[in-house]
Amino acid sequence: MNGAQDLGGQMGFGPVRPGPDEPIFHADWEKRVLALNVAAGAMGQWSIDESRHARESLPPADYLAFSYYQIWLAGLQKLLLAHGFVTPDELAQGEALTAPRQPKRVLKGEEVAAVLRRGFPYERPATAPARFAVGDRVRTIVMHPSHHTRLPRYARGKQGVIARVSGCHVFPDTGAHGAAETAQWLYTVVFTGPELWGRDGDPGASVSIEAWESYLEPA
Amino acid sequence: MSGHHHHDHDHDNHLAPIEARVKALESLMVAKGYVDPAALDAIIDSYETRIGPRNGARVVARAWSDEAFAARLREDGTAAVAELGYGGRGGEHIIACFNSPEEHNLIVCTLCSCYPWPVLGLPPVWYKSPPYRSKAVIDPRGVLADFGLTLPEGQRIRVWDSTAETRFIVIPMRPAGTEGWSEDRLAAIVTRDSMIGTGLPAVGEAR
Repeated sequence: MNGAQDLGGQMGFGPVRPGPDEPIFHADWEKRVLALNVAAGAMGQWSIDESRHARESLPPADYLAFSYYQIWLAGLQKLLLAHGFVTPDELAQGEALTAPRQPKRVLKGEEVAAVLRRGFPYERPATAPARFAVGDRVRTIVMHPSHHTRLPRYARGKQGVIARVSGCHVFPDTGAHGAAETAQWLYTVVFTGPELWGRDGDPGASVSIEAWESYLEPA
Repeated sequence: MSGHHHHDHDHDNHLAPIEARVKALESLMVAKGYVDPAALDAIIDSYETRIGPRNGARVVARAWSDEAFAARLREDGTAAVAELGYGGRGGEHIIACFNSPEEHNLIVCTLCSCYPWPVLGLPPVWYKSPPYRSKAVIDPRGVLADFGLTLPEGQRIRVWDSTAETRFIVIPMRPAGTEGWSEDRLAAIVTRDSMIGTGLPAVGEAR
């Protein structure tokens, strides 16, 4: 969706301001939000793309005004509500008022190190040969779906070159909305600065995106 | 922003301090049996003490010291970092981006905050914030200038937008004057920002 999350090329946010000796967390509540998100994700009830969509579909003014962990808090609340794990009254009161819904899994303390180390790989066996090879010229499709996608606006309808083929990966656009998991070939596609930004593009710069096969057409 | 007006049903409850809202959510999730408090503590401890940019620095130092490792890292980043015991959540598929005199690499996630957690830990605030995410793809040299970094004339810049579950780590060039250094000593000059591409190894600060 063309939400506030799709920031590439937007202007007016001012310079990047790196802080010296920045702490990992700026407050205790940030730690808890991080941990709650990781642990809730491990319940296995929603995909990483569904959690991304919960965040990017926040009202744009909220998305831009919230700190990152505020966005994560709001996204987690939306997911828990949407999947029937909590009710609005329970969120408001901070106590259980209804019977719990049994999650697929509950991550135990002693499992954390192994689960983090293993992660959740997204590559799947290929069911068809790759359509493109390194060096092929391609053009990204133009689309403006209201659903989740990982093709950013700045890179739609642009011509680039395949620089890498990374195997078949879980396809986010449908997986974010509860559809059965599917996978597509994933490519690194490189664009020149001027291809993306016209006369304002840096000819000495190039930008790559990771593009699923259905984002691409031969050029 | 919840779209209704029953104050006591307003789950967003922007008036309550965020600390209270987070505490309420945690209490609720524990009470309903969705999360194990010990798991929450273990997750926080992992990212505070075990999983951070020192891991990535070890990868870079090994690549500088061992040509065969560097070749494997180029070929299959995931397998190579696993040799050092790193990998997993938030970095299941690792691609190493080697800087060269011809090209400098910069990583970004314009759509959210994708970052190679197993080797760099959790991203800094600026990496997740609109100024960096908006500017890196349209004005990467301007971003480097915000960090006080100017590339040599003629060095191209390559920006990697992390739009999938592949994750990138920049392998900076080994600075001159570090010949014969141990991996430990080399790792000490590999800054987090040099593995994002917004900095270079801090050779001037080396002990």
